[in-house]
Amino acid sequence: MNVVFYLLAALTIGGGLAAVLLKHLVHCALATTVAFAGLALLFLQLDAQFAGFAQILVYIGAVAILIVFAILLTRGSELPKGGVFSPSWFVGLVIAAGIFAVLAWAVLESVRAVPQQTAIPDVTVRDIGNALVGRYVLPLEIVALLLTAATIGAVIVAMHEKERPKP
Amino acid sequence: MQESAAFTPQFAASTITGLLWLIPAMPMIASGVIALLKQPRRKTAASLAIGSLSISLMLSLVAFCHVVAGWAHGSVVREFVNFTWFRFGTSTVDLGWILDPLAAIMLVMVSFVGLLIFIYSVGYMAHDENFTRFFCFMSLFAGAMLGVVISNSLLLLFMCWEIVGLTSYLLIGFWYQKPSPAAAAKKAFVTTRVGDIFFLLGIVWLYSQTGTLLFYNHGVGSLEGLALVNLLSQHAGLGLSAAGAIGLLIFAGAAGKSGQLPLHVWLPDAMEGPTPVSALIHAATMVAAGVYLVARVYPLMQIGAAPHGTTAALTVVTWVGASTAVFAALIAVAQNDIKRILAYSTISQLGYMMAGLGLGGVAVGMFHLITHAFFKALLFLGAGSVIHGCHEEQDIRRMGGLRSDMPLTFLTYAIGMLALCGFPLLFSGFWSKDGILEAAKHWDISKGPFYLLVFGALLTAFYMTRQVCYVFFGHWRGHETAHESPKVMTLPLAILAFFTIALGVIGTPAWPWFHAFLENRTASFSWHGFAEPGLLQLMLASSLVVFLGLGLGWRLYGDKSPKPEAPDALERSAPWLWAPLRDRLYVDELYGVTVIAFYAWWARVADWLDHRIWGGIVAAIAWLFGLWARFNRFLDVNWVDGGFDKTCEELSSGGGLLSRLEGGRVQNYLRILAAAVVALVAMLIWSSRP
Amino acid sequence: MTTPLAGYLLVAALLFAIGLAGALVRRNAILVLIGIELMLNAANLNLIAFWRFGPHPEALTGMMFAIFSIAVAAAEAAVGLGLVISIYRHTNITELDKINRMKG
Repeated sequence: MNVVFYLLAALTIGGGLAAVLLKHLVHCALATTVAFAGLALLFLQLDAQFAGFAQILVYIGAVAILIVFAILLTRGSELPKGGVFSPSWFVGLVIAAGIFAVLAWAVLESVRAVPQQTAIPDVTVRDIGNALVGRYVLPLEIVALLLTAATIGAVIVAMHEKERPKP
Repeated sequence: MQESAAFTPQFAASTITGLLWLIPAMPMIASGVIALLKQPRRKTAASLAIGSLSISLMLSLVAFCHVVAGWAHGSVVREFVNFTWFRFGTSTVDLGWILDPLAAIMLVMVSFVGLLIFIYSVGYMAHDENFTRFFCFMSLFAGAMLGVVISNSLLLLFMCWEIVGLTSYLLIGFWYQKPSPAAAAKKAFVTTRVGDIFFLLGIVWLYSQTGTLLFYNHGVGSLEGLALVNLLSQHAGLGLSAAGAIGLLIFAGAAGKSGQLPLHVWLPDAMEGPTPVSALIHAATMVAAGVYLVARVYPLMQIGAAPHGTTAALTVVTWVGASTAVFAALIAVAQNDIKRILAYSTISQLGYMMAGLGLGGVAVGMFHLITHAFFKALLFLGAGSVIHGCHEEQDIRRMGGLRSDMPLTFLTYAIGMLALCGFPLLFSGFWSKDGILEAAKHWDISKGPFYLLVFGALLTAFYMTRQVCYVFFGHWRGHETAHESPKVMTLPLAILAFFTIALGVIGTPAWPWFHAFLENRTASFSWHGFAEPGLLQLMLASSLVVFLGLGLGWRLYGDKSPKPEAPDALERSAPWLWAPLRDRLYVDELYGVTVIAFYAWWARVADWLDHRIWGGIVAAIAWLFGLWARFNRFLDVNWVDGGFDKTCEELSSGGGLLSRLEGGRVQNYLRILAAAVVALVAMLIWSSRP
Repeated sequence: MTTPLAGYLLVAALLFAIGLAGALVRRNAILVLIGIELMLNAANLNLIAFWRFGPHPEALTGMMFAIFSIAVAAAEAAVGLGLVISIYRHTNITELDKINRMKG
């Protein structure tokens, strides 16, 4: 385990924590962006270059912007009256801690079965392209449909409704 | 009272005997047809009734001639036709009819007198609106009476007897819209019922002892040798043989129908019916049915008698008859209704007939029955003519002087009255009554009946004179003038008057044709008949008694015309005697206090039982059911309905509870999801540990 | 952290738990969506880590899975935020605990 890994891990976790704990919504959105970036770097360290760049493109370039837009459109800059945390926040915390405990337990229990070191895979974009239209063509088409449907759906959902005459 | 000679029965039934059933059947069929007629058709009804009875009369005459022819040849005529009605097991119940001298004479008398009365009724009931109903019932009565006469089976006789009683009830209560005829009809029916119960007991006993109810049946009938010996040998307690006991039970039925002493109370009240009814039923025929019944079963009552002795049954018959004769005659003295006097007179004469049967045998009693039928019918029809002429007035104190206003009625009425009194020599009543007195005189058991009967003759003459004086002598005390009746009513009177005189001829001691006919002996005309010892003295004595009665009556009532409100002559002289006689010697009151009071008390007890006990039980059961119903309802409402309702409530509140799981808050959903994931993963890891 | 894989997995698990906590604890709807995105990213990290340290990385299975996951996550984020905006437009509310019209 090298230092880079710890740094990147800290960055990501810190970004995530900040995203969850900050009061101001825009700050949360920016913290999320930091988390996304940390994750992209982690992908790069794992020799999944395409995934890392895709992460930066899609998540930071689209999703984070989207989130910011949504915050702006819903006046998220105003602080709500009842506080930002829900009244039963402790229950949520406990459950999340429980999830982490269970997952960590699972990981530590099964870690012996995994090999220590493997060879660095040699993956080119050409290989990914071949795989996309070869082996994974069906998921590709389905995801294309999905994206289309999601686009149309999002437009419809968020559209201004025409004024209907009141009966 | 002589034992019949050895029989040489003639069994072959002739044609007329085969057709004998038509005689009662014709009037009954006529009655049925009249009942079914649509509208009141007077002419049709009257012609049907009279026509059918005429046919019966003709057939009766043919039968009578046949029997007379047989008798003249010296053979015993007893022809019968029997048939089985139904079987049960090995026993059978047979019915049948018989033609013998007794039946032949009764057939002719009933149909002839009946026919005359029917013709009379056409005039008498002309103003009544129920003309057709009257003839329907009269026809039915005539048919049933003829049935009683010819029946060879005690059962068939009883059935016709009951029909006769029914028609009597219907005819007494003919004007049922008024209360008194309806009550009188009920009284008649109930009183004769009492007698009929004993009659029925006698029938059942006879059947159980002898196994047959037929009178004559080729030697095995109940009145023939074998059965009689059997009955004689059985003892029935009280010193009676079975024969005697059965005979007395049958006599009880006859006593009810013929108005003997304790059961006579219905006859005077039966005068509420129309006068032709009184004439036919309560003078000539139905009341004579009882006498006829005793004559029919005479062998039963007579068996076991020593020569010149008598049986216990016949002794009872004699005493009952004699006392009835005097009792009724006493009451008749003090009555003021023209028909009631005649009713009591009828009861008295029926007593004479019964006494005659007991003292002298079948012929003696039957002769008086036949003569009485004619002159009593004559008297009743005459009374009806008087009532009709006096515009429905029936109280003799409001009549008078009808001798000049209604001469024909007076003449025929006088003939009947003298016959009833027993005026010597010329009238049939004298000869028949004398026959009874002679038999009484020779009765060895006691002379009591003789003196009673003589006293009765005196009373008869007295009260008849009183009645005739009140009605026909003196001057008119009524409201409107009286008028003579039309020919259709006076013609039967004349015919009856003729026979009242003529019948005397066949019963005199000089030529006792009647007695010989009934007893299957020969009869020849001979003046030596009068030479019997004591006969002439008896005739003289009875004539004196009659004259004494007539004289007493004339002296008290003569040609006087007492005012209706004034007390009677006898009442003035002997008021202590008058009051009980006028009040009918309190017999009705006695019954009212004892029998009727008991019955009313019993009815009250039964009513109380019904109300309290049975009603209480029913009410208790109803209450129990109500309780059960309420309990069921409680179960239904609280448990069934309630349970169901509660279940539904629980379901909906449970649903309410469950719906809290769907709070609509997304974060709650997420929490639950996450918690579930934790749990599942934990389970998974736990179970896959090595 | 005995193996690099375990390290990556633990990081992913921690990120997942943080994302879940955020989704459960915060009131604002957009922050719930942020939490969900973090969870998805944690899952992606898991996938890539297993691809890298698992057998046959030349089959590209893990990478492909992750790429598709990113695509789907993007679509889902778009639609979800569209919904949040729409709800805000109707009810002027962004607090999730106030939106319970779908309750039973």
